[in-house]
Amino acid sequence: MKILVPVKRVSDPDNANKIKIPAGGAKIDTTGLEWKPNPFDEYAVEAALRLTENGATPKQRGGEAIVVTFGPPETVTTLRSALATGADRAIRVDSTDEILDGSLVAKSLRALVEKEKPDLVLMGKQAVDGDSNQVGQMLAELLGWPMATFAATIKEEEGSLLVGREVDGGVLTLRVKLPAVVTVDLRIVAPTSVYSKQTAPTFKYNDGVRFAALPAIMSAKKKPLAEVKLTDLAPDASLSIKYVSYEPPPARKAGVKVKSVTELVDKLVNEAKVL
Amino acid sequence: MANVLVVAEFSEGKLKKTTHSAITFAQTVAKGTSGSFSILLIGGGAKAASGELAGFGAAKVLVADDANLANYVAERYAPTVVATAKGGFDVVVTAAGAYGKDLMPRVAAALGAGYATDISSVKADGGKLVYKRPMFAGNAYGYCEITTPVQVVTVRQSEFAPAQPTGGNSPVEAVAVAPAGAGADRVTFVSLDQVKNERPELTEASVVVSGGRALKERFKEVLDPLADVLSAAVGASRAACDAGYAPSDLQVGQTGKVVAPKLYFAIGISGAIQHLAGMKGSKVIVAINKDGEAPIFQVADYGLVADLFQAVPELVSEIKKRKSA
Repeated sequence: MKILVPVKRVSDPDNANKIKIPAGGAKIDTTGLEWKPNPFDEYAVEAALRLTENGATPKQRGGEAIVVTFGPPETVTTLRSALATGADRAIRVDSTDEILDGSLVAKSLRALVEKEKPDLVLMGKQAVDGDSNQVGQMLAELLGWPMATFAATIKEEEGSLLVGREVDGGVLTLRVKLPAVVTVDLRIVAPTSVYSKQTAPTFKYNDGVRFAALPAIMSAKKKPLAEVKLTDLAPDASLSIKYVSYEPPPARKAGVKVKSVTELVDKLVNEAKVL
Repeated sequence: MANVLVVAEFSEGKLKKTTHSAITFAQTVAKGTSGSFSILLIGGGAKAASGELAGFGAAKVLVADDANLANYVAERYAPTVVATAKGGFDVVVTAAGAYGKDLMPRVAAALGAGYATDISSVKADGGKLVYKRPMFAGNAYGYCEITTPVQVVTVRQSEFAPAQPTGGNSPVEAVAVAPAGAGADRVTFVSLDQVKNERPELTEASVVVSGGRALKERFKEVLDPLADVLSAAVGASRAACDAGYAPSDLQVGQTGKVVAPKLYFAIGISGAIQHLAGMKGSKVIVAINKDGEAPIFQVADYGLVADLFQAVPELVSEIKKRKSA
């Protein structure tokens, strides 16, 4: 199976409370925050690797995982780290977040899919900076492909995937015939979430994403990395959404510590009046 | 003047409350732009679910009922939304649950429309609609405009109070189900495994009792009595879900459910940024944690540093005692 995995770098989500919004609200200032791969995209890379290998012999590749990112030259770091964990090659579409929106990324990915002809586009359900949760669905529509969003489990069958989707109140299972778009949720990296046809049904992965060993980091530098111009993929680069300003969330007033359960209930009854 | 199309959500012939939040959005936009709104129901049982929608002031209630659409699949539902939207609508809206977030970007792409998800408010500004939406796990709000002729949005249920009936009697019209979209023949619904739950819906409850990893295997045993005595919904942190102590549909946070109850209990939850994103809008927050330095105490109105295995049962009996007093 040939899988295209779009990945995005984001400001360190574990320190998202440290972003600043200068007075006037013209922009979001992430200075001082490290760039990290979007967690959901890391999960998508892991799922793509699991689908292109036999879990018992992961060094032997049984398919191709191509990672693609949209960003400036520095985003090569994001691609190299995906290559180091096992992805086979990479593509950087030269651009910056400021000149992109979800629709434009989806249109550009369509052009890339038409060129690369993957069997599957596998991606995170959302990037944790914009929190929009849109590109996978848009891409599926533009391609006329079936989709399965918010995947918690993927099982490869002959020419199709059985996908368990996390929905409100339970799990909805779909069968999608390839080629298709699948977006992944948190639990796709659990030990028994993803099975390729090669992997034995009794096999269990380690929980989470795999880490790159030092030799793999070295050899990742030799893996192919192509660069593409945004205008080659999307001649009309106009945006459909425009952010006019930003503001920080309202601050919560500092609370109090109570000493006992009795005091807590007293406060809830008499002060907050919520019990 | 904006005409808004609300895509209703229902299951087993019963309307979901999320729909009422989307109607509130539509009423706001219609009023602010001297426009109007209609409500569309798609799927098997749409007719049955449409009954209670005639009293909200909609220009029309449009019903695409088809027994072949018993189970929701985006590829089969989106074309009817798209075809209806092309009949003179400027804004298409649904609530930002799993249904809306799955369906609406697909609709937007088919319409060539810009898309804003999870919006928390809307302002009609000189004829222009400006949407406010949370970003960066709720650590920033962006104000945005959609520049395409048709706009597609999903609304955050916790930020749009459910619409109340305004009287009136909107005409109910049947609309044809549009032919299935590209890709529809390559996707099959297999099953929906619903978690049976006697408690209020997490996103609708006025009291939520959430637990973290610290509860370990005793998650239910400790939290259920408290939820029972408060008629509360039960939530969980991502860590508790990932560890298997709680089912994943209970997850509150950036990528789980967003809740804004009157009273929120965070029990054994440290307060990771992505959890706070899902509950910071709660009116009163209570945190019980044995680590006095846990970040949850920075957002809690009332914090109790204690061993939860002792404090929670004590809390249950204290509340019971006062209730019977």
